[in-house]
Amino acid sequence: MATSSTDAPTAILVRDLVTHYGDREILHGIDMEVRQGEIMVIMGGSGSGKTTLLRHLLGLEKATSGSVQLLGRELTELDESGIYEVGKKIGVAFQSGALFSSMSVGENVMLPLVEHTRLDRETMEIMMRMKLEIVKLAGFEDLMPAELSGGMIKRAAFARAVVMDPVVLFADEPSAGLDPVVSRSLDELILNLRDALGMTIVVVTHELESAFNIADRITMLDQGNILTIGTVDDVRSSDNVRVQHLLNRCFEEEVLDPDAYLARLVGEGRRA
Amino acid sequence: MAPPETSGSAPLRFVEAVGRSTLRAVEQVGFGATLVGDSAYWLIMGRRRGQVVRPQPVFAEMMEIGIRAIPIVTMLAVTIGIMLAIQGIYQLSRFGAETQVVVGVAFGMTREFAPLITGILIAGRSGSALAARLGTMTINQEIDALEVMGVNPTRFLVVPSLVAMLIMLPALVVWADIVSLLGAGLYISAELGMNMSTYVDQTLELLSAGDLLHGLEKSLIFAVLITTIGIADGASVEGGAEGVGRVTTNAVVHGITAIVLTDMIFAFATTRS
Ligand SMILES: Nc1ncnc2c1ncn2[C@@H]1O[C@H](COP(=O)(O)OP(=O)(O)OP(=O)(O)O)[C@@H](O)[C@H]1O
Ligand SMILES: [Mg+2]
Repeated sequence: MATSSTDAPTAILVRDLVTHYGDREILHGIDMEVRQGEIMVIMGGSGSGKTTLLRHLLGLEKATSGSVQLLGRELTELDESGIYEVGKKIGVAFQSGALFSSMSVGENVMLPLVEHTRLDRETMEIMMRMKLEIVKLAGFEDLMPAELSGGMIKRAAFARAVVMDPVVLFADEPSAGLDPVVSRSLDELILNLRDALGMTIVVVTHELESAFNIADRITMLDQGNILTIGTVDDVRSSDNVRVQHLLNRCFEEEVLDPDAYLARLVGEGRRA
Repeated sequence: MAPPETSGSAPLRFVEAVGRSTLRAVEQVGFGATLVGDSAYWLIMGRRRGQVVRPQPVFAEMMEIGIRAIPIVTMLAVTIGIMLAIQGIYQLSRFGAETQVVVGVAFGMTREFAPLITGILIAGRSGSALAARLGTMTINQEIDALEVMGVNPTRFLVVPSLVAMLIMLPALVVWADIVSLLGAGLYISAELGMNMSTYVDQTLELLSAGDLLHGLEKSLIFAVLITTIGIADGASVEGGAEGVGRVTTNAVVHGITAIVLTDMIFAFATTRS
């Protein structure tokens, strides 16, 4: 599955990234590299710093120290026009979707085209419909975000993130809260984007199954430190107890069998 | 419950609290000033930087801030005009100078009440809406989304509102001037048996361009205050939906306070002789 070669050029380079919220140190010196054309999945328990790390990769948060390079540019030193240039090359599907509530789905998806290109309206609409088709939302372009379900909002956000065919795509929990079929199809989509367009993709996720499906490599965070970075097989066969603990816990959460859960509760009740 | 680690007594803590909120207020004012500067920058330089301020959102905002407010502005302005006339006639009749009411109403409305009432109304209506929108957008990561798309949020969100406010608030004040003076005129002509056209002639003769300008200048300042306070309060949102409720209320309270204080200072600085 791991198709990216070790000598592919670097898309993202993080060096000794330390960050604070107030007085609390959240990330304690992160080093990681994402190569062009690979799918990097960031995993970790709740509160381990995944979203925080992602926000630094996007330049939305100011680090205490360390460096973040995105497509060869140091994010911490970019000015307004630098950000504008980088903005054309990346796409982000936020956890909440972050669709603009005053615009229709179609206008949302088209917004990056309107802002960054001089295409005529018709071309933009064709491109918008194509991307909506990809996320299985064809025909929904005239609805307002408030009229969509949670899963549809996420898919529309995904369409907006890829409408410019970005060099690097970021997705925060793309499949959380989606039904298995749609979630599987989003995974397929992520794989297709990488295979067909050579897109570099960074995905934050809780879902172990999805992570193992799509990842070339996995970065595992634990309380603001990098626990391990490696291929799916590396991570799966790691003999680090912390890694195994996290994997098992994820599995537990995923395949929680209600009968077994009830039985355990009842059992615990008897023992008490 | 153990008290927080602040040192000592209640008065000290009170001073500390005052200090902290003063600091926050200064911070907010700084933010507002930066916002105005940035807006001017994007308005002028946007095209060169590839980030144009588009006319459609400005029109949409003008519709929302201005046109939709016409009914309520009309109602309040007419009511206040008539009220001034009632009180004026009552007071002046004691000196047998009822006809002088025209003077009081004309100056009072154009210089003071029309801009003040319109400003307060729009602070309550549109300042709060701005804060609610910005607060919701912040919480929903929409501002983040704009930034990573390389779309400057000031240019995209603030400038259209500011421009629309700067156009519509003075326009509404002119409208309030007209309808309030007409409302007062109807009452005065009925009460004092004065001919309506005599009233209009007298009013026009009394009022100078300076009186109208006095009101309009104030409304421009109010427009800047309402927009920046709405945006600054909205952007300071913390937490979820309750956070949005809080910043919305803040925007109304701060907006009206700023308008009334500025009004007083402006009147003091320009009217005293
Ligand atoms: N805005 C903030 N202010 C203060 N602390 C924050 C803020 N955002 C996150 N934190 C703290 O930073 C740490 C990491 O949070 P982060 O959101 O990165 O975790 P996460 O791995 O994304 O968790 P989850 O899987 O639950 O989304 C947490 O301990 C959290 O309390
Ligand atoms: Mg998170």
